[in-house]
Amino acid sequence: MLYREAGDFKTTYAADGQTFPIAFDRWRYYGVLAVAFGVVPFLINDYWANAVFVPFLIYAIAAIGLNILTGYCGQVSLGTGGFMAVGAYACYKLMTAFPEVSILVHIVLAGGITAGVGLLFGIPSLRIKGFYLAVATLAAQFFLVWLFNKVPWFYNYSASGQISAPERTFLGVAVTGAATPAWAKYLVCLVFVVALAWVARNLTRGALGRQWMAIRDMDIAAEIIGVNPLRAKLAAFAISSFYVGIAGALLFAVYLGAVEVGEAFGINKAFLVLFMIIIGGLGSIFGSFAGAAFLVLLPVLLKNVLVGGLGWSTSLAAHIELMIVGALIVLFLIVEPHGLAQLWRLAKEKLRLWPFPH
Amino acid sequence: MNGRLTAAAALAALMAAGPAMAELVIPNLSYRTGPYAPGGIPYADGFNDFFTLLNERDGGIGGERVRVIECETAYNTEKGVECYEATKGEGSLVYNPLSTGITYQLIPRATADGIPLYTPGYGRTSAANGRVFEWVFNYPANYWDAASVAIRYLLDENGGSLTGKKIALVYHNSAYGKEPIRTLQELARKHGYELLEIAVDHPGQEQKSQWLQIRQQRPDYVLMWGWGVMNAVAIQEAANIRYPMENFIGVWWSGSENDVLPAGDGANGYKSLAMHGTGMDYPVYAALKQHVYDRGLASGAGDQIGSVLYSRGMYAALVIAEAVRKAQAIHGVAQVSPAQLRDGFEQLEITEARMAELGLPDFGQAFAATCEDHGGPGAGRIQQWDAAAKRWSLITPFIAPDDEVLTPLILEDSTAFAAENNITQRCQ
Repeated sequence: MLYREAGDFKTTYAADGQTFPIAFDRWRYYGVLAVAFGVVPFLINDYWANAVFVPFLIYAIAAIGLNILTGYCGQVSLGTGGFMAVGAYACYKLMTAFPEVSILVHIVLAGGITAGVGLLFGIPSLRIKGFYLAVATLAAQFFLVWLFNKVPWFYNYSASGQISAPERTFLGVAVTGAATPAWAKYLVCLVFVVALAWVARNLTRGALGRQWMAIRDMDIAAEIIGVNPLRAKLAAFAISSFYVGIAGALLFAVYLGAVEVGEAFGINKAFLVLFMIIIGGLGSIFGSFAGAAFLVLLPVLLKNVLVGGLGWSTSLAAHIELMIVGALIVLFLIVEPHGLAQLWRLAKEKLRLWPFPH
Repeated sequence: MNGRLTAAAALAALMAAGPAMAELVIPNLSYRTGPYAPGGIPYADGFNDFFTLLNERDGGIGGERVRVIECETAYNTEKGVECYEATKGEGSLVYNPLSTGITYQLIPRATADGIPLYTPGYGRTSAANGRVFEWVFNYPANYWDAASVAIRYLLDENGGSLTGKKIALVYHNSAYGKEPIRTLQELARKHGYELLEIAVDHPGQEQKSQWLQIRQQRPDYVLMWGWGVMNAVAIQEAANIRYPMENFIGVWWSGSENDVLPAGDGANGYKSLAMHGTGMDYPVYAALKQHVYDRGLASGAGDQIGSVLYSRGMYAALVIAEAVRKAQAIHGVAQVSPAQLRDGFEQLEITEARMAELGLPDFGQAFAATCEDHGGPGAGRIQQWDAAAKRWSLITPFIAPDDEVLTPLILEDSTAFAAENNITQRCQ
């Protein structure tokens, strides 16, 4: 049968401890990767890249980042928009200051700079918890947006305060700027997503991830059993910010090409990413993907159905869309408070037993 | 992952509709929701209604019917990009996103895709330099013109000198609101006034501290670069601190009925710039009534007809329609391509006589575009709100901007853009 452990013999510890212990699951994972790398780039066009895949992949990175902090380590953050802005502005400053260095290096460096900033704003987490920490990170959100608006150095003194990504190439193919082909945009984001998701998955399965979860579940108990809260919490802040910073850099450089901080990285963005992980599932890498897909793709799908398919007026469709998305969020949280990831987990459990559930 | 694939499959089925045949496709990236809807709704209605009129009365432009595709952006750049990509495939001829932020996004994209961008009175000011911005047109006037016209008007009011005066700029803290700052600083140097910059963050519903600052600093004049709910809130706050309304001047995006009506009598005497006339006293409304409104074809709820921003949407549609006509004349085909339409925009000339012929005499200024000049003459008028009669009245003729200051600024900004993006200048 399809979804079974039976007959899938593990002969080493490594094989026994792998991420996808069930053969079917493993093959599905390889299948998705093969399609994502081998099929989609050949079929993708500008619409699919810019409206569907690129935003989905970028928000998935941001959601994984926030999930590390909130879902795994239990530290609520409302500063995601501000940290994405740090990534975007760091990337902009780097790519204009050092045009000869590869853009991909800049994106990673932008993540590194964001990690530093996140570390700084993570220090209060050692003293304050819960709602109070949320307020502290909210301060980070407003401060960072204000900073990038106020100090002209960050936007190279441009008249409008906008930052625009100049064209940068990788192996001769444009990666940023208007001339970027759809497949290049998609592939750049995909490579980052796959690499970062792989790292995140393995981090959370390892010692560091277990420390985070111990802190999340009960920090005093964690401390008693020997987890260093300073190290664990700050590592969570730094790594989470690294992810969020890369998402911000990609959002600016690859996806939008020009941003202004108040509009692109406002408090709405922080809530959007937070909703993604709540709906997707706290403490789950798959949940980050599911949540990002839910909140990025559903509005686009609804818009196409209501306006394109049913021919409704755009304003009515926009209002109904808000209502449908809102209602679905409430419904999902009532039916399954642990998010889409839990539904997926339950489905897998049922599949394992099917067709003999007793 | 499976969820994503199902969604993708459903989307694919929906997007598979074939391209339209023999039509002029003009997208309308509008916003009828969110904090900027008070500005977006009338503009979109005016834009749609004018094309409906052309379709119903004349059978389109040059025998080709116009199909307007509306797409909701909510003034949000990410949705704007989605709208651009979604409508691009339908053979869209020209984009008019009514958002400076979205315009900044679209300038490189539209340039790469070879689709003209028409941004009257908004967008990137230095796009007026056609040598650098081949695909962007922002005539008849832009932000820097507006700033200069406002200062010229104040100069006239003060006998030609603003020395020692204090002028505050209340602006939307975004690319849009920051655009005039350079010009106002430059003009401050020239005319010796002191400029006070006061930013209001998106969406602008909270302005108590800004107006407290104005109450403390007592500027002689307040200029405003606001949009959406920010306008109405600012006018209400100004009325609350009893700031003299006749010294409060908004840009043309801060001068619609929806901005002043909430403040009631408090808004009486508020002034704003105007790049065109307003009200229903134009012959075009008779035609619109006969062919559009009475047949129930009016866009939206039909309650914005004749308002300032409705007029502006109509004006933008009119210029686009004239450019299409020009392109048809140049290339001798009715079904013009975006590249041909660009030629139409670049050689467009709109005279007083033509405006009268179109049913809008004494409405907008005459202008003629050239290869170098995509910005038009840039003149503006001042209108004042009469709260008792609930109408705007134009109180000045067209005032020309100070090109002596503006031309070098435009040149500087556009050459910097050209250098950044390796653009070779045209029209040599």
